Amino acid sequence: MNAKISFQGVSKSFPLKSGDFLALDRVDLDIADREFVTVVGPSGCGKSTLMSMAAGLEEPGTGQILLDGAPVSGPGPDRGVIFQQYALFPWLSVRKNVEFGLRLQPISAEERRRRAQHAIDLVGLTDFADALPKTLSGGMKQRCAIARAYAVGPQVLLMDEPFGALDALTRVQLQDQLLDTWSRERRTVMFITHDVDEAVYLANRVVVMAARPGRVHRVIEVDLPYPRTEEVRLSPEFARIRNEVWHSVYHQAPAA
Amino acid sequence: MTAAIMSEPPAAPRRRARPGRTLVLNVTAVIAGLAVWTGLSVSGIQGLTGPIEVVGRAAELVADGTLPTDILASLRRVFTGFVLGTALAVPVGFLMGWYATARALIEPYVQFFRTIPPLAIIPLAILLMGIGETPKVFVIFLAAFLSSVVSTFQGVLDVDRTLINAARVLGASDRTIFLKVVVPASTPFIIVGMRIGLGAAWGTLVAAELIAAQEGLGYRMQQAQLYYDLPTIFVGLISIGVLGLAMDRLLLLAERRLTGWQERR
Ligand SMILES: Nc1ncnc2c1ncn2[C@@H]1O[C@H](COP(=O)(O)OP(=O)(O)OP(=O)(O)O)[C@@H](O)[C@H]1O
Ligand SMILES: [Mg+2]
Repeated sequence: MNAKISFQGVSKSFPLKSGDFLALDRVDLDIADREFVTVVGPSGCGKSTLMSMAAGLEEPGTGQILLDGAPVSGPGPDRGVIFQQYALFPWLSVRKNVEFGLRLQPISAEERRRRAQHAIDLVGLTDFADALPKTLSGGMKQRCAIARAYAVGPQVLLMDEPFGALDALTRVQLQDQLLDTWSRERRTVMFITHDVDEAVYLANRVVVMAARPGRVHRVIEVDLPYPRTEEVRLSPEFARIRNEVWHSVYHQAPAA
Repeated sequence: MTAAIMSEPPAAPRRRARPGRTLVLNVTAVIAGLAVWTGLSVSGIQGLTGPIEVVGRAAELVADGTLPTDILASLRRVFTGFVLGTALAVPVGFLMGWYATARALIEPYVQFFRTIPPLAIIPLAILLMGIGETPKVFVIFLAAFLSSVVSTFQGVLDVDRTLINAARVLGASDRTIFLKVVVPASTPFIIVGMRIGLGAAWGTLVAAELIAAQEGLGYRMQQAQLYYDLPTIFVGLISIGVLGLAMDRLLLLAERRLTGWQERR
């Protein structure tokens, strides 16, 4: 019972002209410390909403979200968020983007520079530290966003389809890079994706959600060893879990 | 057939001309314009003066100090009105964009006064402020303010929500978000607003100088009109055009420097 993040009976509805729309219905989910959880589900099932609430950008309608046992009240640098649309500050260079969060912390300029440089090196943007976002490719932008989140040293990473817009090759590279850092620094990760392969490849557990209303449909353990390699990706066990996840995403019984 | 298609130059480079070539074309166009003007005046259009006469008159006006005095007077008015107008427009625009209450309180006035041409304000301005510098600067100020406030306010409204969220999750306070995200993100809109405001300020100048002025380009042109003095009118027109263009280029330069980070231009 040492959940890092705990969703307890979390519901959320949005007011629409035609009445309230129930986006999430009584979600219960515990994410353990240092666990890598991926979330898959049909479009509109409330994945982003769930993550926004964990980030503290939105409040749950009913129920509560606990972080280390205390209710989440607003965003904070203890949770790093990576958005699907990169969300880099276009007027700042890669380095300045990465330093943005560090400048809000009570650390010396020297410490700030050191930590920014470390994060930039980690994602392989060393040669582009002084470039503006408009000159970067999609994959480089996303790596910059990841470095920006890493730099402040959050215990939890919340990632909303971070690799969704990337080509297959860049995506695989970034997946491996992410797993590599995760296995070294062991943060808790909640990772949303549309891609079943990606969900299985990365996770300790895959949370499959269902839509209308949005809810947790199934939670599937991924009993595969780390480090995950090409070999793991091609193993029959991987294929079996992938099919299981695939099946529960695309052949969901309609809601009662 | 295939060969013909292959030898077509690609579309993209055709649109972005080389700077040197552009300059040559610009200069050519100006010379051609002057030639047409000369041709028209020589071929005897009633009362139309040629460039030579205008240059002569300009030299006279410079020599007796009239033109520099007029330019200075007009520049001072435009500049004062423009600076005051945009200096007020930026905070008011931010207020309107950031606080729904402020927007609801201010927007009716902005929209209402925008529909009134500055010229129509002049009688009121004279009655309330006399016939000194104040009403002239005020009318220019109003024109500059109204046209740039809307743009600033739109800029703040258009700031990408995800950028604000990105700053919030990094731990930024509202104050930091305003200064470090909203202000830079709306800079392009503010500068566009300033350029529109500058155009409005020059556009109002001649009208403002209807108000019992003793000097100024607009005043000089009205005097010239009374005496059927076409060359002086041309000198005034060209001065206003050149000054307006120069100030606009300066703003454009500032825009390039400040908003070069934008993804597309
Ligand atoms: N601010 C809002 N106002 C009204 N409805 C909203 C709002 N935000 C989300 N919704 C609705 O809630 C539902 C869940 O949205 P959410 O963005 O969380 O889905 P998602 O699972 O992330 O989908 P996708 O995979 O397409 O990103 C959707 O039906 C959406 O229309
Ligand atoms: Mg989403």
